Amino acid sequence: MTALTKLFRTTTFRLSLTYFAFFSAAAIVAIVYLYWNTTVLLSGQLNQTIEAELTGLAEQYRAGGRDQLVRIVAQRSRTPGNSLYLVADRNEKQLAGNLSAVSPQLWDSVGPVEFFYSRPAPGGMEQRLAFANVFRLPGGDRLIVGRDIEDRRELSRLIRSTMLWGLGVMALVGIGGGYWVSRRLLARVDDLSATTRTIMAGDLSRRLPVSGSGDELDRLAESLNSMLARIEQLMAGMREVSDNIAHDLKTPLNRLRNRVEEALREPSDERAYRGALERTIEEADGLMKTFNALLSIARLEAGAGGDDRDNLDLSALVSDAAELYEPVAEERGIALKLELANAVPIRGNRQLLGQAIANLIDNALKYGLVPTAQANGHASEVVIQTSTRDGLAEISVSDRGPGVPESERERVLSRFVRLEASRSEPGSGLGLSLVAAVARLHGGTVRLEDNDPGLRVVFSLPLENDARGTAAVESPPSGGELRPT
Amino acid sequence: MRVLVIEDDQETAAFLKRALKESGHIAEHAADGEAGLDLAKANAYDVLIVDRMLPKLDGLGVIRALRTDEIHTPALILSALGEVDDRVKGLRAGGDDYLTKPYAFSELLARIEVLARRTSPEEGSTRLSVGDLVLDRLSHKVTRAGEAVLLQPREFRLLEYLMKHAGQVVTRTMLLENVWDYHFDPQTNVIDVHISRLRSKIDKNFEQPLLHTVRGAGYTIRDSAH
Repeated sequence: MTALTKLFRTTTFRLSLTYFAFFSAAAIVAIVYLYWNTTVLLSGQLNQTIEAELTGLAEQYRAGGRDQLVRIVAQRSRTPGNSLYLVADRNEKQLAGNLSAVSPQLWDSVGPVEFFYSRPAPGGMEQRLAFANVFRLPGGDRLIVGRDIEDRRELSRLIRSTMLWGLGVMALVGIGGGYWVSRRLLARVDDLSATTRTIMAGDLSRRLPVSGSGDELDRLAESLNSMLARIEQLMAGMREVSDNIAHDLKTPLNRLRNRVEEALREPSDERAYRGALERTIEEADGLMKTFNALLSIARLEAGAGGDDRDNLDLSALVSDAAELYEPVAEERGIALKLELANAVPIRGNRQLLGQAIANLIDNALKYGLVPTAQANGHASEVVIQTSTRDGLAEISVSDRGPGVPESERERVLSRFVRLEASRSEPGSGLGLSLVAAVARLHGGTVRLEDNDPGLRVVFSLPLENDARGTAAVESPPSGGELRPT
Repeated sequence: MRVLVIEDDQETAAFLKRALKESGHIAEHAADGEAGLDLAKANAYDVLIVDRMLPKLDGLGVIRALRTDEIHTPALILSALGEVDDRVKGLRAGGDDYLTKPYAFSELLARIEVLARRTSPEEGSTRLSVGDLVLDRLSHKVTRAGEAVLLQPREFRLLEYLMKHAGQVVTRTMLLENVWDYHFDPQTNVIDVHISRLRSKIDKNFEQPLLHTVRGAGYTIRDSAH
């Protein structure tokens, strides 16, 4: 029963029911109008014919008296047809005509009247409907002239039954069709809701069924599926983050706790206590930095800072950031080289892009030293290029370090990932994932390539639209050593 | 220096009061926005430390009400990272400052000291000097004991900022914000390298160093002979 009520509640079913109601109302109005008009027309014709004949017979009566009328009526009665005649005297005695056994009430009526009469038929008498006019002649005699209208009655009965049958069939087909269409739709909707429930129950890997017909339900299911894919990805990201936080923050927290405990346990002088406290503060500052970096990435991924955008020149941003790091590079014995295109117009958040570029350079300087084993003649260098290509503004930062194996490249962009080889270097492992988050916020991408040897990170952003016309012409990189401004 | 701390967390407030006293300042405390506003109106403070989220009247509301009353005591807003919006960032343009939680006390101290002395007579002058180091802001020339010191433009701006706040501690974050206009934390201590370059240019051949490192806080430029 619940399945049936559910069916009645479907939009399709209600729609087909409404259509059916409107359509049958229209059909009934049309048929009734047709029937009524036909009846009026036929009755009018009948009346006129009878009236004319009656006038004619009355004239005969006036001219030749009752005898002539009786003669003519008798003569006409003999011609086969639907005409009915009767002449009677004042005592209602029949003098001539083909109507017999007339009910007494008929004599008293004057004017047009409908009544039943009997007529011999194969296998006995039959009752038939007639329409007639009763006329009183001056001598007190009566004249009845009429027509047999049994056929007409048959016709209207036929029309009525046709109408009823027609409506019946229509109702059956309409409701049945509505039921069938609704059932089909309902079955698919039920499918969708059943899948949705399993997804809500926690199985995010499930997808809504798509029938392949490309109809509106398919389109809906497809958009919901891509939404689910995004949610699943985000959930996986969240899970990974919490796992990583647990893993990467537990270590320094533990270290911090051990150090304090140790300082408390061992009797020592003020200098030792002070030293322990100073290291504790250092450790706490490091933790704070990591937390802030995590928070920044989370906020970036939630779209924060996305509306705070200006028109910027990517080359200028890069030269600013490179200028900040140039002394660091020099200290580490790495040559920092810039090959910047003249103007690379983009639209973005200066602080976020600056931080992303700074992280890229910082990374290259940290991990870009030529491994001592392969140092034969190669000098450590980091090359930063900006260029425009196919509507994209690109920064590439290339180093000559050990690089990242192809299988690890995707993973390096996610939070906290530091390749085992680099664990000894200071850093939270959040640098590149922040870069990736900034790129995503600006509608861009980050990819890692082989610099053969070394690593090249390419950060690309959409070029600013207004400037696309001029910027699409590839601007040759203006090479040269870094000149701090 | 007389400081008003408007902070609803009792423990944080007690810590700030104690730490400010140890640094030689007088600190008073209000536990909500309205009480803080009343105190700030009634007494003359050198600087206000205001928490962003406060009961009764929030931190930005307190500052707005004070400015409407023509009270221009500089204020430092303490805000969680997630609460830093355009209104908070706008504080810097208006002569106030903000600091995101969690923060190091040394950073807070350096900032309020700079805030309180923002209206120093040195601010508008075209010539800054510390000991025998002289910086001319118009001709962009620097001399130490009469000898010209050649600086790159960024080094000049770094020195200019340090000299503008001579005798005060300037943190790495403040330098990054005011000299490079970067409001984020570069993972490497890049500022230290820039400072050591600058130091080699202004202090190297002189007996008396002017540019000093303040452990756990930042840098300061001062003439220690006086």
